[in-house]
Amino acid sequence: MSKYYIYQDAKRCIGCFSCESHCKTKNNLPIGPRLSQIIPVGPKKLNNLPRMSYVFMPCFHCQEPWCVAACPTGAMQKRPKDGIVFVDDTLCVGCKACITACPWGTPQWNPETGKAVKCDYCMDRVDQGLEPACVTKCITKCLHFGDPAKKSQSKRDRHAKKVADFE
Amino acid sequence: MKESVYSICGMCTVRCPIKVDVEDGVVKWIEGNPNDPGMAGRLCAKGSAGLAMLYDYERPQHPMIREGKRGEGNWKKATWDEALDYIANKLQDIIKKHGAKAIALSDRGGPFRDIHRSFLRAIGSPNYYNHDCTCARNVQHAALSLFGSGRKTFNYDYGNCKHLVLYGRNVFESLRVKQANIIMDMLDRGGKITYIDPRAAGTAMKATRYWSIRPGTDYALNLGIIHTVLRDKLYDAEFVNQWVLGLKELESFVIPYTPEWAAEETGIPANEIVEFANEIAAARPAVIFHPGWMMARYSDSFYSVRTNYILNALMGAFETPGGLFFQKGPGDVGAKGLKSLLDTIPKPEDKRVDGCGWKHKHFDAGPGLLQLLYPAIVSEDPYPVKAYIAFRHDPLLSLPDPDAQKEAFDKLDLVVAIDANYSETGWYADVLLPSATYLEKSSVLTTGKGLKPQFGMRKQAVEPRNDAKADWWIFKSLAERLGAGEYFKFKDMEEFWEWQLEDTGITVSDLEKKGSVALTDKPVWWNRMKDLKFKTPSKKIEFVSSRLAASDIESFKPYESPKKPDEGYYRLAFGRSPVHTHGRTQNNPVLSEIMPENQLWLNDEEAAKLGVANGDRVRVTSADGSHSGTINVYVTEFIHPESVFMVHGFGRKVPWQTRGYNKGLGDYRFETGLLGVYDPVGGANSLMECFVKVEKAE
Repeated sequence: MSKYYIYQDAKRCIGCFSCESHCKTKNNLPIGPRLSQIIPVGPKKLNNLPRMSYVFMPCFHCQEPWCVAACPTGAMQKRPKDGIVFVDDTLCVGCKACITACPWGTPQWNPETGKAVKCDYCMDRVDQGLEPACVTKCITKCLHFGDPAKKSQSKRDRHAKKVADFE
Repeated sequence: MKESVYSICGMCTVRCPIKVDVEDGVVKWIEGNPNDPGMAGRLCAKGSAGLAMLYDYERPQHPMIREGKRGEGNWKKATWDEALDYIANKLQDIIKKHGAKAIALSDRGGPFRDIHRSFLRAIGSPNYYNHDCTCARNVQHAALSLFGSGRKTFNYDYGNCKHLVLYGRNVFESLRVKQANIIMDMLDRGGKITYIDPRAAGTAMKATRYWSIRPGTDYALNLGIIHTVLRDKLYDAEFVNQWVLGLKELESFVIPYTPEWAAEETGIPANEIVEFANEIAAARPAVIFHPGWMMARYSDSFYSVRTNYILNALMGAFETPGGLFFQKGPGDVGAKGLKSLLDTIPKPEDKRVDGCGWKHKHFDAGPGLLQLLYPAIVSEDPYPVKAYIAFRHDPLLSLPDPDAQKEAFDKLDLVVAIDANYSETGWYADVLLPSATYLEKSSVLTTGKGLKPQFGMRKQAVEPRNDAKADWWIFKSLAERLGAGEYFKFKDMEEFWEWQLEDTGITVSDLEKKGSVALTDKPVWWNRMKDLKFKTPSKKIEFVSSRLAASDIESFKPYESPKKPDEGYYRLAFGRSPVHTHGRTQNNPVLSEIMPENQLWLNDEEAAKLGVANGDRVRVTSADGSHSGTINVYVTEFIHPESVFMVHGFGRKVPWQTRGYNKGLGDYRFETGLLGVYDPVGGANSLMECFVKVEKAE
């Protein structure tokens, strides 16, 4: 697992697909590869109200990434300093082994370059102290980038406020 | 070289403040203007996809003059001189024969109209139109009838609202970036949303109450709510006594409209209506009954919108945190406003050809009613119209029944389209002029009214690609060719800005620093019991309207139940997706990938009757049988059995737009026979008075 994490606050997500467009344009991608994707699931009735789930699927940047293990050329790498998993474009030969290996369907095919491409948390932005494009421009700020430990704390805080009993 | 330009987005009509990062003349990144705390980087899918629009090769690249028949797609590439001379010669002939009043122009409204409206006025035509007959005309006229001023008199303090009531105002899909976020904050703080729509749109997924109302019965629901509010004395008596004229008349009018009656009509249980009335009364005055925006829906939408406004008044929800507030302009904070070119040009003496403001006194003359232009073209009554210029407006996919519209266009000597996208109307035009996108042009400075009025700036970020030109240059060049150049002396937008700002004490560089300049530090609230500025003759909120009475129109219309569809037929509703702007983005490389085509929402029980399963192909046919097409069906319990729904703007027929061409179906093509059907009091087209047949496709 990389030291970073994108936490999606499902309560605030409105399924506007903005993150996808931010990702696509930032990475200057042709039609085809979608490095992050919102998969809408539902609607279903919950307490007699229609409810939808918008599942955000970027790369999870695994601790032991199967795509890295599968890559025969060393193009797919895990960055030592922070664990971001990325493709070194110059080494990729387009064999698609990473696409086969990843259980989450994360690595994508770029038909223009004939190479694999994937979410790298916009590491050029991260290196400038900025956040990934999807997080920076999220309309409701339902996407949060940072330390997984802090995010679990904020979830706990919110839950506590919700169930607090002042008797 | 790297630079950041503060500007205003042009992907939809919300016009969010943006920051555009440019590297060596190429746009690399667009984000919500970080200087604006409501934006702070935020941007919608369309906003980012502005980049894809800019660098798309499937956009008009150079002027084109038609060679074959209209709509045939046989074009000749032209230089700007050739194209502008061609247009000017045709217009001069028309002016010689019929006068300048024979030229009509339409746009899509908004704050950047000064130059092209001035063009039309300078050449001497009163026939300016915008798209509003398919948008907010009913809301505008409802506001005028109650407050003496239009719908933009007010804005909404969503952040402090305790109960937001939305009638198909789909705030989480028909997106305004700042507003969507503020409403989400409001929900987080425990605020409520009641969402009323025959279809559970995206906003229903977050709402705290969802009512799947029978289509076309919003007015009945409101009458039932008002009945309950008045019967149980749930209204803000202090506010109403101070500001409302006509409460007694309303009280006697709503006597028959009990919640039980409303339940029969709408399908919403009477006890829920009563419970709701009590809830809003407990939350008042921090309550908003949103009057709606695109309310060109039914032939009684004027009255349903008007009762939304009436409910706001009964809740005392004016000039109060969490309610509606008066938008303040420069004059309200002791500042001087921007100069307007239009004001320097004498108004043409001719009357509008559509009769708005004279024959139809209750219709606002401003942008008139575009649907009334078509019969005038055909009949030449009260006078002939021979040229039509569509500027970034596509009536063939926004007004009903493109075939009926084309019949009128065929009587014109000249049709010109000026657009940054290919449009259905552009494809049917005689001359197509490629205008620069919002990233490639500067526009006139804008006045943003609100609690803190401000001036804003759209500033060119990069040079226009191909042979596109800024619209101000196109209209200035045409005006010069038609002998009206005296009004268009400015060299460029920078010079025009300086003139606009002349009286204000604010400079162009002040605006460039952050993209806008606020005219006051503190939000301005007026005393709601003393200082409200209603523009009616009585200076009150006129439940009984003097404006309507002057045209012999009733202020309270007895309810008429909408038609139920025949067996196998459904009322066709349309709406927005968060990734598309009406009919303008279906070919955008990024947005078309996210949503390449639309589908038909169909109620699950109806689908069972038709033998149709989710994902099947169904055939949709217009009521008169003249238009038909197939589409994938989305079977769901979350749409009313009388309705089917599709996202607007698909089913495109411009072959040069390869990504959008023939994808999905266009609602507007099924609205056959509806071009002349509109709300007789509100003026907007009745786009949902449309029935279609649905069957399994063979």
